[in-house]
Amino acid sequence: MKKLTANRLVWPALVLVALLVANFVANNSFFSVTVLDGNLFGPVVDILRRAAPIILVALGMTLVIATRGIDLSVGAVAAISGSWASMYIIDSGDRGSVTVVLTAVGVALLMAVVAGAWNGFLVSVLGIQPIVATLVLMTAGRGLAQVITGEKILYPDNSPAYKLIGGGYWLSVPFSILIAGAIFGITALLTRRTALGTLIESVGVNPEASRLAGVQSRSITWIVYIFAGLCAGLAGLMLTSNSTSADPNSIGLFIELDAILAVVIGGTSLAGGRFSLAGTLIGAFIIETMDNFIVIAVSPRTTDVFKACVVIVVCIMQSPQARAWIAGLFRRGRSGGGDTSTGSPVTATPLSGSSPATPGTTAGAAAPAVTPTPTLTPTTGTRTS
Amino acid sequence: MTTVVQDSPAPAPPKKRRPLSRFQQYSQIGATVVLLAIMLVVGATLYPNFTSGQALLDLFSKNSFLIVLAVGMTFVILTGGIDLSVGAVMALGTVVAATLLQQGWPAPVVIPVVLVVGGGLGFAVGMMIHHFKIQPFIATLAAMFLARGLCLVITDRSIAIDNGFFQTMNQAHVDLWEATTTNARGRTRVTEVYTTPAVLIALGVLVIAFVVLHYTRFGRTVYALGGGESSTNLMGLSVARTKVAVYTISGLCAGLAGILFSFYTASGDPVAGIGYELNAIAAVVIGGTLLAGGSGYVLGSLLGVLTLGVIYAYKEFDGDLNTGWTRVMIGVLVLFFIVLQRVLVARRR
Repeated sequence: MKKLTANRLVWPALVLVALLVANFVANNSFFSVTVLDGNLFGPVVDILRRAAPIILVALGMTLVIATRGIDLSVGAVAAISGSWASMYIIDSGDRGSVTVVLTAVGVALLMAVVAGAWNGFLVSVLGIQPIVATLVLMTAGRGLAQVITGEKILYPDNSPAYKLIGGGYWLSVPFSILIAGAIFGITALLTRRTALGTLIESVGVNPEASRLAGVQSRSITWIVYIFAGLCAGLAGLMLTSNSTSADPNSIGLFIELDAILAVVIGGTSLAGGRFSLAGTLIGAFIIETMDNFIVIAVSPRTTDVFKACVVIVVCIMQSPQARAWIAGLFRRGRSGGGDTSTGSPVTATPLSGSSPATPGTTAGAAAPAVTPTPTLTPTTGTRTS
Repeated sequence: MTTVVQDSPAPAPPKKRRPLSRFQQYSQIGATVVLLAIMLVVGATLYPNFTSGQALLDLFSKNSFLIVLAVGMTFVILTGGIDLSVGAVMALGTVVAATLLQQGWPAPVVIPVVLVVGGGLGFAVGMMIHHFKIQPFIATLAAMFLARGLCLVITDRSIAIDNGFFQTMNQAHVDLWEATTTNARGRTRVTEVYTTPAVLIALGVLVIAFVVLHYTRFGRTVYALGGGESSTNLMGLSVARTKVAVYTISGLCAGLAGILFSFYTASGDPVAGIGYELNAIAAVVIGGTLLAGGSGYVLGSLLGVLTLGVIYAYKEFDGDLNTGWTRVMIGVLVLFFIVLQRVLVARRR
């Protein structure tokens, strides 16, 4: 039992289960999966499909954060690759051609890799703080995407091969889930079955010390940012292919924040040096399930407030100061309780307690404002398409 | 590399280099001034009237809220932090102001309420950052989500403001001087060159910030905090109060920027100022403030805002220029100044 509570993944997993149950209570057909034309349909499948881009971006972000960095430019990179692929497919004569789509995807991913390499160059060679270095591409990247499309919104429709990436099915499973799952599997294998994961963590703990210990910290940093760029590029392709529209201003807008949130919820510390891919996966699912729950039960307009409350609670619970304070409360109440398990049980109570509690409070705050207006799809709704 | 320096017997250089190093302190701002001058000259040669008195003053009036945001951001960045919430808090300020005015609250009550909302949010963020040791980046990110979310909870559409005071501030002109222009056919026209009250407020905030940063104990603590938190603590300066105060100031400035923005647009808009936090950070960086904290000038941030303003003015004067290019230009400028900072810091060591 103690082993179970000591596991970092238990509490995020419990939150996810609690959210799933809440979803089921709000919508009784939540777990129903139907087969239509040989393809799977249902709310859960939908959540998985929509979570695929966030999972990808969050995977890249996890490794970047493990090196004590951060990548703010992923949304802009997604916009660049998504708009370029859409532009190429529209400009080519034959939109249905598989070769055209493969070329578009290949070049778009190459651009994403170049963008990641650029970030890696700024961080590892010029030694600029990661937040600042990636801020440059965050600002300029969307501009580049706008330049690519000539400030237009593109509609790369009637291209079945391109539609497959984000909205299609393969072996009756949404193709985007398969892509995200494959990338997740490869990343997990590479980082956990080879020394790569340890090397990344050592760079995160202390880049200078690991360099002196013989770790090529500079190339590790490059690899990590390139991987983040690649993941972001793939996510951009998924987003544009699923919605068959590419607006450089809104592709992957704020996806970096969702990804960072997923990583933090998954238990990876922003201070670097330690990471959990499974935690990130659970974090991404929590975010999508949370969005879904808010849409069903509360109101899409409260999404951001709800997310903010979750981030604040999770961050405060992760801070040693808060843990010590709460542990102190417990100790006083129990008079001489053992301090062997200070961290995780403490995180548990507020974490799992917050998720049912916070929507209640936000709903209360939202209720008077929400009821009079019939149109409930503001900017928060755009990502869910 | 270092051995070369050590081997050369160089007791003289310190004396010789002193005047240079004194100027090196200002080399960042110098670069900004030169850049701004070049951009203005290029603009003047490309487009007529680009540097006419009114066009220059419009740079101020169109960016009055950005000046205020950048002033608050300068405080935060000087301590080595960052505030990503300012754009959202500004939008929240406009929405709160518009909603309260719509319900018939008088303007003299609404304005303090908006300032309290902004300052209170900043205070909460500061408490979170200091007492729970949460990274400023994450704490202000959460505040950004929260403020943007509250905007959407309050309203999902833009609300027009028809309050008398706000309308007056929207249309008021402060006449400065009369300009006489003669066109090619010899006709002369006399126009009034004016500015807006919002600009005067923004410049007032700037002057106050300048005085606070350079002539008060608090200001010196802000610089010390950016230099190193533990050493500031050892010096006996109050780290906690300064840190919380800095984020409160930033929130307060964001609230004020919200008021100025609602003067400017005469509306409250929940999606106003998306990306303004980046513009404010960019302005501070271009203005020569070190992002690692501890070094920089609030007047430099004004120059940074003007530089961004000139980039947008290019776009306005040239109808064909793509919005994308303005963003790319801002990114390139920020990059240029960051790399410049790296070089200068490396040389100083």
